[in-house]
Amino acid sequence: MRRYAIIGAGVAGIAAAEAIRTLDRAAEISLVGDEPQGFYSRPGLAYFLTGELPVKQLILYSQQDWRGLNVRYVKGWATRLLPQAHQVELGKAGALAYDRLLLATGASAVRLDVPGVELEGVVKLDHFEDAQRILRLARRTRTAVVVGGGITALELAEGLAAQKVKVNYFLRGDRYWSNVLDEVESRIVEHRLEEKGVQIHDHMEIAQILGRRGRVSGVQTTKGEKLRCGMVAVAVGIRPRLELAQAAGLATERGILVNEYLQSSEVDIFAAGDVAQVYDPLAGRSILDNLWNPAREQGGAAGLNMAGQARAYRKAIPFNVTRLAGLKVTIIGAVGGGRDDDLVAIARGDSETFRKLPQAIAMEMGAEVNHLRLMVGEGTLVGALVMGDQTLSRPLQELIVAQADITALRTHLLMPGASLGDLVMDFWKAWRTNAA
Amino acid sequence: MSFRKFFQPEANRHKVLAAGHVVPEAARCVQCGICSYNCPVGIDVRRHVWLGQPVKDSHCLTCGECVARCPRGVLRFEQTDLFVRVPE
Repeated sequence: MRRYAIIGAGVAGIAAAEAIRTLDRAAEISLVGDEPQGFYSRPGLAYFLTGELPVKQLILYSQQDWRGLNVRYVKGWATRLLPQAHQVELGKAGALAYDRLLLATGASAVRLDVPGVELEGVVKLDHFEDAQRILRLARRTRTAVVVGGGITALELAEGLAAQKVKVNYFLRGDRYWSNVLDEVESRIVEHRLEEKGVQIHDHMEIAQILGRRGRVSGVQTTKGEKLRCGMVAVAVGIRPRLELAQAAGLATERGILVNEYLQSSEVDIFAAGDVAQVYDPLAGRSILDNLWNPAREQGGAAGLNMAGQARAYRKAIPFNVTRLAGLKVTIIGAVGGGRDDDLVAIARGDSETFRKLPQAIAMEMGAEVNHLRLMVGEGTLVGALVMGDQTLSRPLQELIVAQADITALRTHLLMPGASLGDLVMDFWKAWRTNAA
Repeated sequence: MSFRKFFQPEANRHKVLAAGHVVPEAARCVQCGICSYNCPVGIDVRRHVWLGQPVKDSHCLTCGECVARCPRGVLRFEQTDLFVRVPE
């Protein structure tokens, strides 16, 4: 009987366990997790902060689901990995022997590198407990400062504003999420945030977090100004949790390097999810993704490979749906470029491919709430960003994923004042009929 | 408000009731559970999405609450032929 060990009970770890179980009913699967709640929706924490959901709703596996999966859940964390001995040390919980191991250790928020970060009231949004702590603090906090770019910083700002906390949102650069959104899109989001009462300060950085009796009392900016606040919420990026792999001598760069089969430099050790830097044969390099669905797919593929069914992971066209300042936003393929001053590491909900500057012409149309941007390549659409009404999102996804030949559409799209939405919709309908 | 207009939403609802079911687009979903939380008859819509299945539960009212509340546009109505009148 083969013994499987999975370190990390997030979506990649669970998907792997589910996949192993489909092939091997008898296998002994141990799942090591350091979160007391077990498996929950990490992206859902944002909706807990806004008050749209009670916290228990985020827990995904019932007792019955756990029984069905038939894994041994070990509460704790791996302290050392011994690839030669095929063993994982679990501190006080003893040791675990394995035949195949999956590292699905995820990623953690990067700390802000300023004096005062250890004060009570400096928060991040990484785990279940972080979200609960933020809501507890919000009850006795009138003013907060949020720093960072990307989706998580915005979730913090919106969540706190929904809890009636006065939010000051500090942007190090001149606009929100500049490596993915273009200027118009950033301004739309910023304007809507301001309508919710969030005050945005561009070109503003914290030099020091000030405290009184161990608690946050304010911040001092790099311009020397002081601002009183009871909470500082930080989301400047995340870093893969690599310590175990590095100490065991596995090949790593920014993540654990794995091939298309999610296999690391050690044949019996696999990695999936936020911690994995996966080789993409099309791009010819290894890529980090910090999205829920790629993590699930990677976990599933890793599980099949571990159980002996060779399954290459094919990175799909990156696709993320999120809600920015109340607007549904779908990002497909490559839409942006450059860097974002607000992030010192990749953000949650981000993919390195979003930020690849494509050889394409950007076309835009739309008003305040419904906004569309297409990245038009030579013969195909290479990316799109749909904000607000999502009617076009599925057609665009299909056309981009299939790399549909848009030669016939291209000239029409490039005409001045072209109605991009109608053109895409009509083209997609005809394309679908032809394909059927 | 006219008599006719007053009853319009209800009429629309019944039209949906008879003609469709809720279908997920799993790639958009992050399992937050807002759909299940807001279902008036307690269907675990989220679980359907995890399994990639349409909501064919006979208790489903097709009220549209899950479709409307989903923050990521995962759910949509898809027409079924079940109740479509076949021309005689």
